[in-house]
Amino acid sequence: MKAIFKRELSSYFNSPIGYIFLTAFYAASGVLFGITAVSTSSTDGLLYLTSDMSTMFTLLFYVLMVLIPILTMRTMSEEMKNKTDQCLLTAPIGLGSLIVGKFLAAFVVYMMGVAATFVYAIVLNFFVEVQWLEVMGTILGLLLIGAAFIAICMFVSSLTENQVVAAVGGFAAILVMYLISSIASLININWISNILYELSVLSRYAYFTYGIFDFSNVLFFISMVVVFLFLTVRVVERRRWS
Amino acid sequence: MIEVKNLCKSYGDKLAVDNISFEAHNGEILGFLGPNGAGKSTTMNILTGYLSSTSGEAYINGKEILEEPLLAKKEIGYLPEFPPLYLDMTVKEYLYFMYELKGVKIPRNTHLQEICELVKIEEVYNRLIKNLSKGYKQRVGLAQALVGNPNVLILDEPTVGLDPKQIIEIRTLIKKLGKNHTVILSSHILSEVQAVCDRIVIINGGKIIADDTADNLSNTLTADHKLVARIDGPREEVTKVISTIPGVVSVLADMQREKGVWEYNIEAVEGTDIRRELNRRLAQRSWYIMGLRPSELTLEDIFLRLTMGESVDEFINQKAESIEKQGEAKKA
Repeated sequence: MKAIFKRELSSYFNSPIGYIFLTAFYAASGVLFGITAVSTSSTDGLLYLTSDMSTMFTLLFYVLMVLIPILTMRTMSEEMKNKTDQCLLTAPIGLGSLIVGKFLAAFVVYMMGVAATFVYAIVLNFFVEVQWLEVMGTILGLLLIGAAFIAICMFVSSLTENQVVAAVGGFAAILVMYLISSIASLININWISNILYELSVLSRYAYFTYGIFDFSNVLFFISMVVVFLFLTVRVVERRRWS
Repeated sequence: MIEVKNLCKSYGDKLAVDNISFEAHNGEILGFLGPNGAGKSTTMNILTGYLSSTSGEAYINGKEILEEPLLAKKEIGYLPEFPPLYLDMTVKEYLYFMYELKGVKIPRNTHLQEICELVKIEEVYNRLIKNLSKGYKQRVGLAQALVGNPNVLILDEPTVGLDPKQIIEIRTLIKKLGKNHTVILSSHILSEVQAVCDRIVIINGGKIIADDTADNLSNTLTADHKLVARIDGPREEVTKVISTIPGVVSVLADMQREKGVWEYNIEAVEGTDIRRELNRRLAQRSWYIMGLRPSELTLEDIFLRLTMGESVDEFINQKAESIEKQGEAKKA
């Protein structure tokens, strides 16, 4: 697992993908921070700094929707295309640790991006008092939702040899996750819409941005990671048997 | 030591490997010979745990590949048909990665240095793999298989893409490795398998059609009573004269190689040497032998021979005649 993790991490920065992801993430989150942390007062027309970063964190969801599929599109697809999966699958390591190693590498790159939001909070702290607990909780939420998206996109990537298909497929999968609560509101049958509401990643993430730390939400995202990594293992395993 | 018992693999309806059983012992080089699509790569992929068999067992040093995959895989070095190289890494980074991936315990730097000397890739050690030539890529692939000194080496067409000098080097290397490893290598080149392997398994259509030592196989398949001769003389008469030589079974004029020079396939009764008599009779009529060689069995001949048995000569002659007729029809 350590070998896979190291190789994956270095390959993100041997190829442009790691840089593209981080640049785009820093730029997008920076712009969002700049827009949302400064507000114009309607009464005196002056600019005020707010200590409320939740708007930025909410909007970051849309950035993740686009960037995470790009980060993970090559994880499994490229191995299959270049037939390098042959050396991984014939090496004396389990399939589980192979997938987890790849997941962790993508997650670390993602964490490098998220770290910027912590810097913004420090910057903000010079001007206004920051609600540290709230910010930390939200960053945790951002990390969790990102981990879940990485797992989903890795799963999509394991289904195809084509990186572009993997990226678009990953985007579509996250889009469905995003729309799930809207879909739920259209369904009249109560129990179905209730289930869909429970599955809505957006509303669960929203709790974090409101500053509510609910352990069931943490568990929800962690189980999503586990489920999709498990499915990825099964997809790779199934290919051996077909 | 590799033991394969009743191995089957089907892709949907297609049976790619059909009930294969064989053994390869320590210190033995086993050649896997077969045309493209015969099931060589599939078998090797099953042995290394990349694919799963539909039924049957494969033991690597006594460990079943599906039941104890991690232990079995530790014993194997595998060079697949397309070397599994990460193009964005240097050779050094790649070998370091394989070293860690396989969890090797031998001291790293000396071990990798030894391997690089063995397969002669020291001069490209710090270069990016994507910039290497096909030959070097193949050798890096081989180096990767050797990392960790595995007891069993499985090499899928190891000399593809190499130039003749490199082919000889790699063959020598494989022979050397074969002394204290179990080596299975596949090829569709007969001479290569003959040159390197102690034992040959011939596979076609997913089935083993021969499993014997290289010597035995070449004895049963040699064709020293068959000659290919180029003779300068009128075709019909030459054919007649040759067929009157005692011992000659059949003569067939194949095609015109030079102006007035035809190539003849001559078959005599086994164990008779007709070359002197052939020379004498042709010289009497002042026809000249422009070339004379024992007919070499090509891989196709061997397959035909092994799959069709004795009827193969008839089959070949019929084919040749029909081609000739077609040619004449075109001319007309």
